[in-house]
Amino acid sequence: MAWFVSLAALLPLDNLGHYIHWHFIQISVSNLLVVILMICTFVVALVAPFPGRRSRKEDQ
Amino acid sequence: MSSQIEKQWTTRLRKRVAGKLPPEKLLPDTQPVYVASWIYVFGVATLSALAVVIGTGCILAIKGPQWWHGSGYGLFVNSLHLWSVEIFFFSMVIHLWGKYFMAAWRGGRSLTWMTGVVLFLTSIAAGFTGYVSQSNFDSQWISTQAKDGINATGAGAYFNVLNLGQMLMWHIVLLPLAAVALTAIHVVLVRIKGVVPPFEENVAVEVDQ
Repeated sequence: MAWFVSLAALLPLDNLGHYIHWHFIQISVSNLLVVILMICTFVVALVAPFPGRRSRKEDQ
Repeated sequence: MSSQIEKQWTTRLRKRVAGKLPPEKLLPDTQPVYVASWIYVFGVATLSALAVVIGTGCILAIKGPQWWHGSGYGLFVNSLHLWSVEIFFFSMVIHLWGKYFMAAWRGGRSLTWMTGVVLFLTSIAAGFTGYVSQSNFDSQWISTQAKDGINATGAGAYFNVLNLGQMLMWHIVLLPLAAVALTAIHVVLVRIKGVVPPFEENVAVEVDQ
């Protein structure tokens, strides 16, 4: 438990969140990072080769 | 006698179910080649995350708030519940994007699409009631911020965000029941109709006909 507390102390979790304002859009930096990560994951899921796809095509 | 048996509702229901969803369609041995893509993994990841959400939720329900706020193991299970919800929404949104750009409602699959839409909205309500059921300052802050907006919709009599007991019941009974039922219907519809083919495949089918 002690190692967990010292690890958590490295992260500034008690501070107020950082927000980005752009016209009427207001989003926290953490939420924006999650959205960017989702978009990146989506793109990778579209283009990354799926294991076994070649052998399935050959089977057909 | 046999005609009487044929007329029984159990016989008719069994024949209808067996016709719509034979065992080889319910649990198929193979899938079309276009299903071999990472984009389909996110639907299954959403289902898996939902199983962890329900499992950890059951443990939290048995042990209670003092345990999940005050003990190391309780905090761990509480975090598992939170992070499985994060993975649930993360995977579901990628699944949604993939299905949207595939126009997955094609070929008589509109009910599959709509059950997914309603399930998404149900999940948002389940997530919200989870936040206001934490029984800490965070949940008090969220509920007082949300009360005017919710009451302005007229839903306040049945969905009073300041009523902790009511919110907890929505979160652990009504919304999970709806979410699991909609998930089951969604998956069964996918099995009945099959995975939507790519646009090129559709064109080929139309030319063949």
